[in-house]
Amino acid sequence: MSNGELRVGCGSAYGEDDLDPAYELAAAGAVDYLCFDGLAERTMALAQARRLDDPARGYDVRMDAFAARFLPFVERDGLRIVTNMGAANPRGGAACVRKVADRLGCTEVRVGLVEGDDVLDALKQCNPVVWETGQPVDQLPGEIVSANAYIGAAPIVEALERGANIVIAGRAADPSLFLAPMIKEFGWRQDDWPLLGRGTMIAHVLECGSHVTGGNFADPPYRVVPGLDRLGMPIAHVRPDGSAVITKLADAGGVVTTDTVKCQLVYEVHDPRRYLTPDVVGDFDSVRVHGEGPDQVRVSGGTGHRRPDELKVLVGVREGFVGEGEVSFAGAGAHSRAQLCREVLRARVQRRYAGAYDEVRFDLIGVDSVLAGASPDSGVPAAEVRVRVAARSRDPEVAEAIAREAEWQFFGPSGAGGVRRRVKEALSVFSTTLPRSMVETGVEIV
Amino acid sequence: MATITLREIAFARSGDKGDTSNIGLVPFDEDDFDLLAREVSEVRVAHLFGELVRGGVRRYEFAGIRALNFVLERALSGGVSRSLNLDAHGKSWGNLLLTMEITVPDEVADRVRALVRSSDLTGGAAGSTGG
Repeated sequence: MSNGELRVGCGSAYGEDDLDPAYELAAAGAVDYLCFDGLAERTMALAQARRLDDPARGYDVRMDAFAARFLPFVERDGLRIVTNMGAANPRGGAACVRKVADRLGCTEVRVGLVEGDDVLDALKQCNPVVWETGQPVDQLPGEIVSANAYIGAAPIVEALERGANIVIAGRAADPSLFLAPMIKEFGWRQDDWPLLGRGTMIAHVLECGSHVTGGNFADPPYRVVPGLDRLGMPIAHVRPDGSAVITKLADAGGVVTTDTVKCQLVYEVHDPRRYLTPDVVGDFDSVRVHGEGPDQVRVSGGTGHRRPDELKVLVGVREGFVGEGEVSFAGAGAHSRAQLCREVLRARVQRRYAGAYDEVRFDLIGVDSVLAGASPDSGVPAAEVRVRVAARSRDPEVAEAIAREAEWQFFGPSGAGGVRRRVKEALSVFSTTLPRSMVETGVEIV
Repeated sequence: MATITLREIAFARSGDKGDTSNIGLVPFDEDDFDLLAREVSEVRVAHLFGELVRGGVRRYEFAGIRALNFVLERALSGGVSRSLNLDAHGKSWGNLLLTMEITVPDEVADRVRALVRSSDLTGGAAGSTGG
């Protein structure tokens, strides 16, 4: 704390984020808490799959190196860390951190473990309706490998109150990681919905890391970001009233402007009056932003309403395999040769594998691969085009064979080159909810 | 009256939750909010996205920061973990929205184009603290 303000930094926005900017925040002593979000919808299912292969795994693959890099700041400077990098195995993750602390001789480190987000048994018992399909969970199109409920700030706060200075959780909701330190340090009541709503607003501004310091923003000449090659991570100087100034280290790249903050405020929000988290229903409608100086933007306002009675649950399902193959065309007539290649591929795949795949698509990369029929028409043939086929099948051999069809375009239209193909397991994620009463969290100091 | 694209007057950022995409549309100048609210309707957005969006389009407003938010259902081929689209997150959906053309008074077109001409690619507008 400094001047009654709590300094909360974002260390990571997803599982494989660059950790150098977080190290810079820690080394500069710029934050009281550094929170690392290490999960996304798919990351959790992948982690569960790793755990199924080996019960000792399932936490973040970088946990050991992460702990070795950041624990010295906890030991020496009193930095506190909150993270969901425990992923599918928070107990294993916490044990890993403990081991590194002991190896480094960090006697001050107290590792908090938050468990309880794994709800596979409860899910099978309740068999709730899946959002995407409108059918009960037991009708999902494959083997269920994971079910994790988004859990909130409360167990993290408990771990901090019991003296933890690094907290390892599983599927704690992204904003809850950042809200927990505010609840702990300001003593906010966990049913003070307006304050929790404002804190969640600040958490939401932080949770995507450099999204608010200039990442996912530049579009010259309309949107210009200096130092895009060395973006800093954001810091919030939070006041007890639930307002904050968003900033970054002065020598880090990027910018914090009212525009970068607004763009992050709208990110992944549906109804601005109903931003659902395990902790509160955030209401961002009245949030205001105000520039207070270079790279300093005040966020204030907003409120919150009673937390939802149900918790969102992500269900990981094995859906077979995805095969992808690509091949390039360049030089005279590249665009029309690529179009011909696509038609040849389509004819071959449909003739040889009809009924053996669940979904297939044929793309011209550089023309219409992303936006399909909504692609703007430049009216000019593309100078280079890459043809892609992608298919999902229950049968790994079919996925492999369809990917190989792209390779055989060596014998298709003139000048097909640069073949790449790959097959990966199709691990799909579906959403549903469970009653809060079915999800029991636990806290330990290890 | 003149025709401009949304890219000349607003920021957009798209995000994903399951098979639902949202696109926040933030005017460079908060005073242009009413103009955007008038021109960028749910129907026009649905038309622009065509077959990319198989569900409905719903528009919300952020009153405090003067921004629009479009929620597109069944817009990500089943969601990031299932989609065979190269951009499974729909990160570029916001940039597609910025291609939309809108009709504005001449003075608005003159103002937004003067702003671009005056900005410096290596610093410029982003170096300010904004509104």
